[in-house]
Amino acid sequence: MTAYEMVVGLEVHVELATRTKLFCACSAAFGGAPNTHCCPVCSGMPGALPVLNRRVVDLAIATGLALGCRITRHTQFDRKNYFYPDLPKAYQISQLYMPICRGGSVQIDVGGARKDVRIHEIHMEEDAGKLVHDPWTDRTMADYNRCGVPLLEIVSEPDMRSPEEVVAYLEKLRATLQYLGVSDCKMQEGSLRADVNLSVRPVGSEALGTRTEMKNLNSFKAIARAVAGEFRRQVELLQDGRAVRQETRRWDDNKDTSFAMRSKEDAQDYRYFPEPDLPPLVIDEAWIERVRASLPELAEAKIARFQRDMGLSERDARALTAEKPLCDLFEQTAACCARPKDAANWVMGEVRAALKARGLAPDALTLAPEALARIVLLTAQGSLARDGAREALQAAMDASPDAPLDVDAFARAHGLLLARDDGACERAVREALQAFPAEVARCRAGEEKLVGFLVGQAMKRMPGRGDPRRVSELLREALRAPDA
Amino acid sequence: MKVTRELVDSVAHLARLDLDAAEREAALRDLTRILDYVDALSALDTDGVQPMSHALRLQNVLRADEPAPSMAAQDVLQNAPERKDGCFLAPRAVE
Ligand SMILES: [Zn+2]
Repeated sequence: MTAYEMVVGLEVHVELATRTKLFCACSAAFGGAPNTHCCPVCSGMPGALPVLNRRVVDLAIATGLALGCRITRHTQFDRKNYFYPDLPKAYQISQLYMPICRGGSVQIDVGGARKDVRIHEIHMEEDAGKLVHDPWTDRTMADYNRCGVPLLEIVSEPDMRSPEEVVAYLEKLRATLQYLGVSDCKMQEGSLRADVNLSVRPVGSEALGTRTEMKNLNSFKAIARAVAGEFRRQVELLQDGRAVRQETRRWDDNKDTSFAMRSKEDAQDYRYFPEPDLPPLVIDEAWIERVRASLPELAEAKIARFQRDMGLSERDARALTAEKPLCDLFEQTAACCARPKDAANWVMGEVRAALKARGLAPDALTLAPEALARIVLLTAQGSLARDGAREALQAAMDASPDAPLDVDAFARAHGLLLARDDGACERAVREALQAFPAEVARCRAGEEKLVGFLVGQAMKRMPGRGDPRRVSELLREALRAPDA
Repeated sequence: MKVTRELVDSVAHLARLDLDAAEREAALRDLTRILDYVDALSALDTDGVQPMSHALRLQNVLRADEPAPSMAAQDVLQNAPERKDGCFLAPRAVE
């Protein structure tokens, strides 16, 4: 039987982290009561004139520079015409002929293999309104608060060959956009959305098959499943001697399958033309250099710095930078406790495990770096044992961001601090040795396994929690001494 | 470009216009005359001339990313034929 491979390209839409919309001064903040972030421009009133938000251009240039794109010097907007209730103007202002960025790439790392996924283009456009079906009236309710919120559409070349590569591309792109401060990339709020273009072809073939476009993908996990599912569907069609139809499909993550969407009639006939209400945009060298000078440190530079200045392995440095919220936490924690390796282990280990156990995404993390730094430090000094440190971490994660946990007070109050006080340890050791003279004698005669028993007995006699390492040290000293 | 009846129907549909027979004939006649008139331009030699999308010599009209108050929701909804819970109510469009 013929072996097939998938050919995948992505169209990623990100909502930009601006205060206002693309062409008007309405708030671009998420939420708000329906139709309260609207004005004549974004609700499509006749006679209103759009004016471009400078910050959107800055963020688009920053994204292009970070991804190694060419910035288009003479650019403009185009009008995409279609009738749908999510668009009160009956057209979307977008860029077809002269997108602001072209070329560039995203480097991914899957199974130890590096690969560049090329960027075809990036363009600026406005978001549409939110439609909700109203079951009571069997009609559609329209809220135009999102209408006119600035988006970048980042279009990749069809360079991905597996679900893992697709997810790696999205993760890398998201991290880059978050480091740039271009977008918060919250999929649950729709500020990062991905459409998947997928076709299949016999392995070794250069020709492209007929592709489908998949929408309604709400998480990276759903995207990975949708890619695998659509690949299976297309291969089965071809193996049955049937053809793949070029169409838009909607992924249903609960049913683990996609459905052809009722094709919008004349969907392809958008009758684009240059937007007459917006004059051309000319981007000169000085503007690009100004944006370049303001670019923050990006993942690759961080990875190099974490290895050079903090002694982390490349693997740890890569894992840490993959998600900005965790990377931020790591950097701040390391700065507080000056123990970068321990901080890295905590963030990648316990903190990530705790997030997973709580079913939280990293951007929902509210853990104060000062609290984590204290936990790291107390553990490294031996004042907190692993289980006590974990308990403190849970409490620190429960604390509200405005009132971070006082780790020392918490540990004291819950008896988590290990007694490092030698007086108490020595007393406990002495009592244990006196209570079990026979065992002490056998120990001294070389029965090594009884040492653990005596340590346990000493621990039981500690007022608070004993530090087992210290107790064991003292006990061994006492056993070596002639008269305990 | 030749304007046909099919083209008139298709453009009317895209613009959600419901034209009767007389209006369709009028549109066919008018569109043909408009395109013929503009066609005079193709007599000119435009080799090496940059396409121009705007007549005004304006570029880079930009504003700062500073919010200003939006309209009151009741004003936004004022012309809505029907509304519900602060939203416009439209014919069913979502599945
Ligand atoms: Zn507005």
